Amino acid sequence: MSVDVEQLSCQELVELVTDYLEGALSPEETARFEDHIGRCSACTIYLEQIRQTIALTGRLTADELSPEAERELLDAFRGWRSG
Amino acid sequence: MSVAEAELLDALRAGDEEAFAALVREHHASLVRVARMFVSTQAVAEEVAQETWLAVLNGLDRFEGRSSLKTWIFRILTNIAKTRAVRDGRTLPFSALQDPARVPEAAVDADRFLDSEHPRWPGHWALKPEAWPEEALVTAETRERLTAAIEALPATQRAVISLRDIEGWSSEEVRNALGLSETNQRVLLHRARSKVRAALESYLEQA
Repeated sequence: MSVDVEQLSCQELVELVTDYLEGALSPEETARFEDHIGRCSACTIYLEQIRQTIALTGRLTADELSPEAERELLDAFRGWRSG
Repeated sequence: MSVAEAELLDALRAGDEEAFAALVREHHASLVRVARMFVSTQAVAEEVAQETWLAVLNGLDRFEGRSSLKTWIFRILTNIAKTRAVRDGRTLPFSALQDPARVPEAAVDADRFLDSEHPRWPGHWALKPEAWPEEALVTAETRERLTAAIEALPATQRAVISLRDIEGWSSEEVRNALGLSETNQRVLLHRARSKVRAALESYLEQA
């Protein structure tokens, strides 16, 4: 396919990574993005690092509720139920 | 309303303490995180979250299920947090002046790229990213750096990345809970992930 479109630079590509992963790019933009990734090993590494960042973040667990705070809320719940 | 949610509501309305405790455990950390976008300290954010649970209890009988229970709870939270922020004289996030899309912010420092006037490779990497060693990614120290990088983000970015990438919410859930446009949700997520990646990169390069 020889479409005469201006190619993305690496600097432009890094700004589109989230839109790409969120599926927010148009089909043409997606094609341009993937075309660049197909030819650029540095941007391939960059995209992989973003994916790794997301995966690592996903392994963090949410903060736990302190036992005191939980007890207070349950007390409030009992008060609400009887009130 | 889903069957599970209808059952949960029935249990809550009937005064089922375990159902309430489970709901609190599921959402409390996220409530505090979201509250933290509006108020100035962690302690005030905790107060706002606690106040939200009381308001949820008081409003349960009026909840009609036009939105999901989660969305409803987070709307209550943002209302309480905004009121508190105004009372404390804080500027609200996401106001027109603070529209994140208006203030550009690069995902990667401009000096990592060749000049846009470069004769052959304009805007290409000058200093390319290097693949990260798998074994370094899973260490406790990398995890600490990651947590620190998320903590260091501006509150709005931290809330969005936490809900999306730690809690696993969909973009729609985050938009509804925070009252964000589709674009702003994405801009905030993009900036947050970009900064966290950069922090990991600078740590892993030294390691």
